[in-house]
Amino acid sequence: MALNTQPNLFEPGKRYFRAFSPGDDFYEALIETHRDLSDEQSEMVNARLILLLANHIGDIAVLREAMSIARAGVVAKD
Amino acid sequence: MLSTYQYPKFEYVRPPEIAEGRDGHYPVVIVGAGPVGLCTAIDLARQGRQVLLLDNDDTVSIGSRGVCYAKRTLEVLDRLGCGEEMVQKGVSWNVGRTFFREDEVFNFNLCPEPDHHRPGMINLQQYYLEDYLVQRARKLPNLEMRFRNNVIAVTPGEDKASLRVETPDGAYTLTTDWLVVADGARSPIRTMLGLDIEGKVFMDRFLIADVVMKADFPTERWFWFDPPFHPNQSVLLHRQADNVFRIDFQLGWQADPEQEKKPENVIPRIQAMIGDDREFELEWVSVYTFQCRRMNRFNHGRVLFVGDSAHQVSPFGARGANSGIQDADNLVWKLALVMDGKAPATLLDTYGDERGFAADENIMNSTRSTDFITPKSRTSRTFRNAVLGLAEHHPFARALVNSGRLSVPSFLVDSRLNTADDAVFAGNMVPGAPMDDAPIESVGGEPWLLQVLGDRFQLLHYVADAADLDAASVAALQSLAEGPIPVEPIVVAARGRAPAGLRTLIDAKGRIRERYDLQPGTTYLARPDQHVAARWRALDPARVRAAVARATCNA
Repeated sequence: MALNTQPNLFEPGKRYFRAFSPGDDFYEALIETHRDLSDEQSEMVNARLILLLANHIGDIAVLREAMSIARAGVVAKD
Repeated sequence: MLSTYQYPKFEYVRPPEIAEGRDGHYPVVIVGAGPVGLCTAIDLARQGRQVLLLDNDDTVSIGSRGVCYAKRTLEVLDRLGCGEEMVQKGVSWNVGRTFFREDEVFNFNLCPEPDHHRPGMINLQQYYLEDYLVQRARKLPNLEMRFRNNVIAVTPGEDKASLRVETPDGAYTLTTDWLVVADGARSPIRTMLGLDIEGKVFMDRFLIADVVMKADFPTERWFWFDPPFHPNQSVLLHRQADNVFRIDFQLGWQADPEQEKKPENVIPRIQAMIGDDREFELEWVSVYTFQCRRMNRFNHGRVLFVGDSAHQVSPFGARGANSGIQDADNLVWKLALVMDGKAPATLLDTYGDERGFAADENIMNSTRSTDFITPKSRTSRTFRNAVLGLAEHHPFARALVNSGRLSVPSFLVDSRLNTADDAVFAGNMVPGAPMDDAPIESVGGEPWLLQVLGDRFQLLHYVADAADLDAASVAALQSLAEGPIPVEPIVVAARGRAPAGLRTLIDAKGRIRERYDLQPGTTYLARPDQHVAARWRALDPARVRAAVARATCNA
């Protein structure tokens, strides 16, 4: 399976009438997860979150692809 | 500064109460002749009510202020009889572009679906909107507008409200059965009545400038995150009528509004944005802050709050005037039924419930946009910039870019006025849905479905060939037109003409069938505000009557 970079967020049982709603629901929850945290605490939360999600995804080929895209966007050239 | 628009000066006329030295009484008084008060007054007056509209000023909105009017608003204005002039004068647009630093990261189309009458959005200076609404109002003999009539005291009562009104000729007293308050975000009447409005202030300031440009910019919405000409902040550009461009610069909380408003400070910002060599002139400048807040209740006995007086949002998403005009759309048919004694006053509670739900949705969406545009923490900013960085190449991230979720109507799915489905339907036209438009052909000549809908309960009954409609169905449909709350029967068909002179709409391009998931026999009950009240797979007049009773709190 390849990394899915199409919009893919939803909440089971919830009906959406607007295409932007599921993504905005997620993004709000993500930012809310960091509310009132120091920068160090937020870094730790992000690290823990990545580890949890990586294990859930499981497929290391998919994870490698995601890690490669994530890195490529912030360094000029490896 | 240049002026592309001549502000009208509305004549003050000495009120008869002062001339004759007596108190006045009116069935309904509306306070505030902004977009929402005017729409409420026009809608009530065109449905035959005697309406008095009071305003403390004698002209229209100064500066462009509300700029974007959404598809749903245009559909309401069409119903009020003045949508066409707005669309003609306004600038229609569907495409928005988003930039991050130097690069465009993505663009969107507001109206990707064909066969709708109105565009996703028009841009029109608020003064034109108000000017055209006043012109529309003047054509209604039972609508009286009084300018420079300032309400200075309100005494609510059990079955009426009493007002003290100040004019250049002194003060007078009015009583009214119903008072609709449309006096804006600072609502003096809300304050006089000691009613709470709760929410939060956003710690940010924005500079807005109306600029007359000869520059060649396309008719699109452009939004910049962190552009080189205004680092670390956002900028928004909109084209309006008369080649006037509206530019919003985020300034931050520390900015000094008085300094920022000075042309010698504004002009360099605009030059940096458009390049030094293009000609422009400033027409209007203002600095604003905003709040997201709402009243707990919109209706208080005989006093009903609409628009900004009841709820306010951040400007991202154009959800202010657009939601206020939808308040009027929701309130007027209910108030008219209650005034006629055809529905109990509890129907007005559903105005508060339905529009309160919409206000919550508008506040949620505009708060989310604000949090994305102006991140409140370092981590939030990092996520925001990560989304923008991924957006150029990865579709999922484009969906997360939030530069304003532009005003769309709420689906009132939890309204107690809805009758629940008892069959399976595909698509979005659920009970409580704002009804989708579609092209039609009809004897009346209307080319669009929404031009036929509104102002009364209507029943859309679908058959393949209208001429094949059986006698029992004809009789059932005709029977619905009787009674205290009549339902206008309409036959929707792929072809043919219904017997017995029943109004027939031909689903010219099959879009009604597609959008409403029609099968032969499918029947929709439409509310007077073009929302679905109920739907069935077969016609049953008893069920229709029960659904009308439910939709009017008569059940």
